[in-house]
Amino acid sequence: MIELISRDRCIKCDACVEACPDNVFDSRPHEIPVIARLEDCQTCFLCELYCPTDALYVSPLRDDRERVDEAALIARGLLGSYRRALGWRGLKASGTEGDLSHRLAEPDGTPHPQ
Amino acid sequence: MSPMADDIRLTTDVLVLGGGPAGAWAAIAAAESGASVVLADKGRVGTSGATAAANTAVIDVAPDGKSCEHVLKRRLDKGLGLVRPDWVERMVDETHSQLGRLAGWGYAFPTDDRGALYRGSLRGPDYMQILRRRAQKLGVKLLDHSPALDLLVGGDEVVGGRGVGRKGGPWQVRAGAVVVATGGCAFMSKALGTYGLTGDGLLMAAEAGAALSGMEFSGQYGISHVAATVTKNLIYDWATFSDESGRTLEGEDIFELLAEHLPRGPVYAIVDKATPSIQEGLRRGQPNIFLPLDRQGVDPFRQRFPVTLRYEGTVRGVGGLAISKNGATSVPGLYAAGDAASREPVVGAVSGGGGPNSTWAIASGVWAGRSAAAHSAKLGAHAHERRAEPARRDGSLEGGAPAPEDVTAWIGVAQSEMFPLERNFTRDEAAMRGSLDRLGAAWRAIRAAGPASHDARLLRRRREAAAMLAAARWIYASALERRETRGIHRRRDYPQLSPGAPARLEARGLDRVAVESAR
Repeated sequence: MIELISRDRCIKCDACVEACPDNVFDSRPHEIPVIARLEDCQTCFLCELYCPTDALYVSPLRDDRERVDEAALIARGLLGSYRRALGWRGLKASGTEGDLSHRLAEPDGTPHPQ
Repeated sequence: MSPMADDIRLTTDVLVLGGGPAGAWAAIAAAESGASVVLADKGRVGTSGATAAANTAVIDVAPDGKSCEHVLKRRLDKGLGLVRPDWVERMVDETHSQLGRLAGWGYAFPTDDRGALYRGSLRGPDYMQILRRRAQKLGVKLLDHSPALDLLVGGDEVVGGRGVGRKGGPWQVRAGAVVVATGGCAFMSKALGTYGLTGDGLLMAAEAGAALSGMEFSGQYGISHVAATVTKNLIYDWATFSDESGRTLEGEDIFELLAEHLPRGPVYAIVDKATPSIQEGLRRGQPNIFLPLDRQGVDPFRQRFPVTLRYEGTVRGVGGLAISKNGATSVPGLYAAGDAASREPVVGAVSGGGGPNSTWAIASGVWAGRSAAAHSAKLGAHAHERRAEPARRDGSLEGGAPAPEDVTAWIGVAQSEMFPLERNFTRDEAAMRGSLDRLGAAWRAIRAAGPASHDARLLRRRREAAAMLAAARWIYASALERRETRGIHRRRDYPQLSPGAPARLEARGLDRVAVESAR
C-alpha cells in the first residue's frame, strides 16, 4: 500500500491523484495530496510511476502497514526505483526499446507465457 | 455530494465503458470509422485495468505463415474442444496489423539478440499511455474516474449509459451503440491491477438481457509472494517449490501443485533454474516482478520465499458476455470486448495467460468498436430520439442508501464463496449448492435494499457488490451444469473429461439464473 508522499520532494502537481485508478488520494489546495482512502489501495505501483519527482513510496505489502523512514528508503535506492527500472522520464512513457522480454520467449519465438 | 459536482449530459455515436486495452482499442476503432466517441472509465484511462499495472505477452505472427499454423494448433490442442479455428485466425490477423500501427503512435519496440524487431511483449503502463494519447488525438472524449452504474434502454435496444463522477455528480450519455469493455471479475482479490475489475459490465449487460458463456472456466488463480500483489506467473516457470521442511514439491501443473499443498501449510519458491541470460531478461523485461521481492530484501534467484495463490476469476479465466463475430451481444446496440467478452472461441476451456488474452483484447476491441460505429451510423439522426430508461431494476440513482457496512458484508459474501481453493479451484456439487444458497440470499438482500445515496464511493461499491454476487452465481450455476472436469473447471465429483465434442454453456438472468447448452 502507498506509505509515503515525501514533503521534501512533492511539487503538488497532483499527478498521483489523477493516475491512481482507485481514487486513493485527495487533492488539497496549496498542499501536498493526502492519502484519503488507504484501504482502497491495490498496491499497483502506478502512482509511484507517475510521480515526476520520485516522491512516493508504495510498500509491496497488500494488507500490512509498513513503517517507512524516508532517509532509509533513499539510502536503499527505493524512491523512484520502479521509474528507473522502466526508464521513464517525467510523466512520459519511455524505455521500452530496452525491454529484454524476447529472451523469455520460446525458441521458436512464441511469446511467453501462453 | 459536493455542490461543485458537475452534471454531465452528452450525446454521442458510440459510448465505450471501460478504458483498459479492449476499451481503448474499441474507442480508437470507432473514432477511425468516423463515429463520435465517449469513453468512460471508473479509474483513469492509462492506469486502469490489469494490463496497465503489468506487462503482457501478445501473439504477433504474420497471417498464413508457419507461425500462424503453429499458434492455431497450440490453441486447438489446449482449448479442449471449444476453440473455433476461424476465430483464432481472425484474431491473430487483426492483432498483427494493429501492432504495426502501435509503433507509429510512439511505442518503441525492442530488437531481439539477432537484431530483429520483437513485438511479442507489451509493457503495460507504456502501452496504455500510448493508447490514451491516440484516442485523445482522434477526439475521443474521456471521462476518467467516472464509473458507469447502469445502461439506458429503449424497448429492446441499448441507447446509452449513465454513472457517477468522482465528486458524486451524475453523468449520462445517450449513444447510438454501447461497447462494454469493463474487464472481467476478480472479486477484489488484489491480484495485480484487478481491484477495479468487479464484473460491472457483465451485470449491466445482463440487466439489459445479454447472455454469458464459459463462466464455469474460471478456476483461475495467480501466484504471488504471500504478502504481496504481483501475480506474474512467468518467473515460476524457472522455479522450484518446497514445503516448510524444505522437501521439493513436484507436479506437472504448478497451479494444481500449489492448490494441493497450500491448504496444508506454507509453500516456498526459489527461481533457481533461470540462467544469467534469463535473469537479465526478467529484470529488464518485467521489472515489476521484482518490486515486492527487492523491497522486502529477497533475492528470488538465491533465496526461497513464501508464495500463495490469488483468485483471478474471469480476468485471466475465460467467461464473459457471449458475442458474435462482430462483437455484438444478443442485445441490439450492445457490444462487448476484451475480458468482459467470453474468450471461449479462442482459448476454449483454459486460461489464455497473457498472450492470447491481450491479443483478444486488441482484436475484439477493434471488432466491437467498428461494429458499434456502423450500428450507430445506420440509426442516423433517429438515434437520440429513442425512448431511454434505466435497465437496472434495483435501487435508483436518486435516494437513500444501504449502510456502508452492508455493502462491505455483501462483498465479503462473494469473496468467501469464490476465494477458497477447496471451493473454487476444485469444485463439487454439494459445496456449489451451499455457495449458491448463500450468494442467492445476499443477492436478494442487495436487490431489496433502498436506493443509493449520492456518495460516489458508496454508489460505486454497491454496484460492484451486486456485480460480484451476480458473477459468482453465473460461475457456480454454470459449473454445476458441467458435470465433468475440463481445463480450469475442475470437479472433484466428476474428475474426468467427458468423451465427445463438448457443448458450450450459456448463462443468463439475475433473480433467476438459467444455464442452457448452446452450440
